[in-house]
Amino acid sequence: MTATGPATVPVTAALALGDDALVLSHRLGEWAGHAPVLEEEVALANIALDLLGQARVLLSLAGDEDELAYLREERAFRNLQLVEQPNGDFAHTIARQLYFSTYQHLLHAELAASDGPFAPLAAKAVKEVAYHRDHAEQWTLRLGDGTETSHERMRRACAALWRFTGEMFQPVLGLDVDWAALESRWLESVTEVLGRATLSLPEGPRTGAWSAGAGRQGIHTESFGRMLAEMQHLHRSHPGASW
Amino acid sequence: MATAAAQRTARPQADGAAAREPADYQRVFDAAVAADERIEPRDWMPDAYRATLVRQIAQHAHSEIIGMQPEANWITRAPSLRRKAILMAKVQDEAGHGLYLYSAAETLGTGRDELLDKLHSGRQKYSSIFNYPTLTWADVGAIGWLVDGAAITNQVPLCRCSYGPYARAMVRICKEESFHQRQGYELLLALSKGTPEQHAMAQDAVDRWWWPSLMMFGPPDDESQHSAQSMAWKIKRHSNDELRQRFVDICVPQAESLGLTLPDPDLTWNEERGHYDFGPIDWSEFWDVLKGNGPCNEQRLTQRKRAHDEGAWVREAAAAYAAKHTGGAEAAAHETTGAERA
Repeated sequence: MTATGPATVPVTAALALGDDALVLSHRLGEWAGHAPVLEEEVALANIALDLLGQARVLLSLAGDEDELAYLREERAFRNLQLVEQPNGDFAHTIARQLYFSTYQHLLHAELAASDGPFAPLAAKAVKEVAYHRDHAEQWTLRLGDGTETSHERMRRACAALWRFTGEMFQPVLGLDVDWAALESRWLESVTEVLGRATLSLPEGPRTGAWSAGAGRQGIHTESFGRMLAEMQHLHRSHPGASW
Repeated sequence: MATAAAQRTARPQADGAAAREPADYQRVFDAAVAADERIEPRDWMPDAYRATLVRQIAQHAHSEIIGMQPEANWITRAPSLRRKAILMAKVQDEAGHGLYLYSAAETLGTGRDELLDKLHSGRQKYSSIFNYPTLTWADVGAIGWLVDGAAITNQVPLCRCSYGPYARAMVRICKEESFHQRQGYELLLALSKGTPEQHAMAQDAVDRWWWPSLMMFGPPDDESQHSAQSMAWKIKRHSNDELRQRFVDICVPQAESLGLTLPDPDLTWNEERGHYDFGPIDWSEFWDVLKGNGPCNEQRLTQRKRAHDEGAWVREAAAAYAAKHTGGAEAAAHETTGAERA
């Protein structure tokens, strides 16, 4: 796959940001018809659509959106391992949303304020992501500070996904961001929200030697291949067709 | 149409100790319906009118919710990002339509939880069409074109239904539905004009969805038990067979411009009637699906119940949080509404 975008757009960065949005959107799409309450059918689909919209703009900067989404193999995807994690129960989905939308909101705010090639896109996305972050925070509070069962489920979900959070702050080629500062703002925010939710910050490593920046280099977790098989099957079955 | 304020002074209200005899209530109601005025939640209405509306609106709401499943079945396999976005937006709209409709039903003194409970226990129905499986991507287009098309033909007259909250919900829903219907048509057109395999996929989908779509208008007029009363109350404006004929007349030229055929050898233009004649519908299949023996009845209801049951702890968490953090205000407000209804 040759990805040829305008010379001013760093393709590596467009793919990293675009793949994050594409893959998380797909996971959220799996919730359709399965949400715990009708309002969440609307909310989760809404977030999935925002992310898909972002993915389409970003992938189009790097090449043809459908070729990039449907014809790359697992090792060519540049998304974070965090966003490809299976939905699990509602608490796992919310923990994944909390970790990612906090990161994405801080990152897009910084990109929007810069004069880099992603500033216009980030300026639009940051408004959507502020809503995603609020949704995740509100549910984190309700689950963490709800019933004993929901507290325990939320605690477990936050702990289970913790080891995927370090990867978010590995520098991405082409994004002029102070990653260390971003990471400390992220930690501060997540600590504060979890605290209000009567939860504490999970313990344990946030990356392993093998996993630091792995998704960005095309090293993914096992469930990702299956996700792509489902996503790409129809498109690949009809080479060259238009839809 | 009278303003809401004028109606309140002119009509006895269900909860008001108006100085009128019960016979007057019926007379004022009948006059309002005859004058094409809207009945509003606080107006007096016959018990049977209320019960019919609850049944119909609830069934309509349930259909939106169950109807998410056959389409959501293809979200993760949509063949382009554009189509995926369109499909996600559509399924999201359906959840929204369900919410409007449950709200409309609630103005009649029932609650969403109660209605969902009746759906889950099989005491209330949803549209039989959603008991058919979506086997290929083209089914998503066939549902948009035919199923949404049939729904719109049914629902546009409901925008003038005598019950105000239902009529107003239908205005909003019909706008979005007609958008979906055009998108479904456009999806099928892309397939029909695509590769031979894509064309065959589109034709196969239309072949499978045509007859079930005609069944969406309900049993023939002489077997429709609720029709006469609903028409007298101006809940319904046209008979099942009239609407079915209107739908066939619309679809035939659309199928021609799609380059697809409809699976009915008896379909011919009748110059004398000014309508298309069409072949007999297999009503045994219709009643069978309605009784729960369609291809997906079991699966659809099981998934709906599972989502509800597995989500119970989430709803309980939200309620517990609200009780802790709003001084029980939300819970208290809910109680008051319930008491007023009772």
